Amino acid sequence: MSKFKKKKGGDIPAVNTASLPDIVFMLLFFFMVATVMRQNTLMIENNLPFANQVEKLDKKDLVMYIYAGKPSANYKQYGSSARIQLNDKFADVKEIASFINAERASKREELVPFLTTALKVDSDANMGLIGDIKQELRKVNALKINYTTKKGSVFNNN
Amino acid sequence: MAKRAAPEVNAGSMADIAFLLLIFFLVTTTIETDSGINRKLPPMEESDEDVIIKQKNIFTVLLNGKDQLLVEDELMELKDLRKAAREFLDNGGDGSCNFCKGKRDPASSDNPDKAIISLANNRETTYKTYIAVQNELVAAYNELRDARAEALYGKSFAEMESNYKDVNWPGNKEKLKEKIDQIKLDYPQKLSEVQE
Repeated sequence: MSKFKKKKGGDIPAVNTASLPDIVFMLLFFFMVATVMRQNTLMIENNLPFANQVEKLDKKDLVMYIYAGKPSANYKQYGSSARIQLNDKFADVKEIASFINAERASKREELVPFLTTALKVDSDANMGLIGDIKQELRKVNALKINYTTKKGSVFNNN
Repeated sequence: MAKRAAPEVNAGSMADIAFLLLIFFLVTTTIETDSGINRKLPPMEESDEDVIIKQKNIFTVLLNGKDQLLVEDELMELKDLRKAAREFLDNGGDGSCNFCKGKRDPASSDNPDKAIISLANNRETTYKTYIAVQNELVAAYNELRDARAEALYGKSFAEMESNYKDVNWPGNKEKLKEKIDQIKLDYPQKLSEVQE
């Protein structure tokens, strides 16, 4: 007659999941706050090259984005050589000037000198296209540029 | 009239709804890359006067259509470029630069102020190679500036710049700006670009 009888039935009590919604909400709020919605839908391949001497672009609203690269699989009909994308459509080199002017017009006047052009260019694009873009930018006097890159050693590029 | 207690709302499905939203945000989130190499393009004006620069003060870097690198008329690997650029910039051939640690080779650059790196690339050069070369050249400048800042102020140049940008940094920003400008003056970034 042992007094210390083993308890009958190894029923594991159910885990209390009452705090699960709280945890999920916490994660949800984190992602809601951290999410930056993409401004542009990319129609090109955009595999940025690596570099390590980078500086951060801090003022997001003062950046104009110019994308360039090969049209991605869904847009094969636009050919296989690198092209420029401005906003949501493919553009010609000549359209850069009007794009820059439109961007400038949409900003407050005193902020215009601080506008930076970020070039998001695919690593396999050739420099001819970039040279043309830079020439156009010089014509409209948009001289501050930033070659957007991923952080990493340059020897990862090949 | 008896006050009736409001029936309790069943919150059992709240977790499901929250999960649904969570998964939506998880899928749509893209971590944007927002850093890169800053450059300034030269303005468009045509200058009439020809500036005469001695050949020894120019460090020519040529990139051909097959992504090969020709530095000062010699083939070079990308990994050696940074060192070569550093040696060129820090040479101090005419002795006017008292902080240069180079070899003082009279056939190379006079002083960091006069030394110019000229980067020429072909239309067929790929962008990644171009960025790699840009990166190495900027790195050469940054290393020299870091060393100079370390010697003068006991802090690296990168650290000074990040302090300057930091809003919460407690020190005197005007003095820091002066120091940064001094170092930029000692090693000015003179990088010219040509496309063939």
